[in-house]
Amino acid sequence: MSEEMYDEDEYEGTIKKLMYVNRKAPYGTIYALESLEVVLIGAAFDQDVSLVFMDDGVYQLKKGQDTKATEMKNFSPTYRALEMYDVEKLFVSKESMNERGLSADDLIVPVEMLDANQMADLMEEQDVILTF
Amino acid sequence: MILHTINKSPYENISLESCLAHCKPGSSVLLIEDGVYAGLKNAKFSDAVTNAMKDINIYVLEPDLNARGVQEMLLDGIKTVDYAGFVDLSVEHDKVQAWL
Repeated sequence: MSEEMYDEDEYEGTIKKLMYVNRKAPYGTIYALESLEVVLIGAAFDQDVSLVFMDDGVYQLKKGQDTKATEMKNFSPTYRALEMYDVEKLFVSKESMNERGLSADDLIVPVEMLDANQMADLMEEQDVILTF
Repeated sequence: MILHTINKSPYENISLESCLAHCKPGSSVLLIEDGVYAGLKNAKFSDAVTNAMKDINIYVLEPDLNARGVQEMLLDGIKTVDYAGFVDLSVEHDKVQAWL
């Protein structure tokens, strides 16, 4: 393979563990939507992506969002499309869910619940962490 | 009487607690934007808000509640208002204090 050509093996070697941490509620600020945009753009680069939802970020995944009366875009269905972009590792903070009276059934996508210790371990494993 | 509005999540800053601590009996609090998360059941702030409702009126802006998908989690005793209701509340009270 020539130097100029796209080198699949070398590229494979550059895969990094990339974590996006979502800590803000949707709609009140632009962070949740911007994070989702970054994740979707980043998905084109075939990295090992994990998404974490903690603190008010767990509200991003709440079922039954209906933004009609506020005339804002309901972007919650987009979380269901993440799977098609090979973004399949979704983690949710158990403590954040409990504090808010939420359970896995309240969320629009399947997630793995982690406690703070497990979450800390997962963060430790990452190459890059981007928090919104 | 004052109409207090809260637009921040109680998990994010202390607007809710500060506001409730400065509410005279008979005054009103309207939860808007991320403030609606303060008015939900089985949650960290449910007891504080339920307790406050003994002598203050608590309202929530329904479009903001629905946008966040938490309409079914609303605490008993909180009244919902639409945008026109928000205007009515503003007019009915002497002044509005926005706890940003």
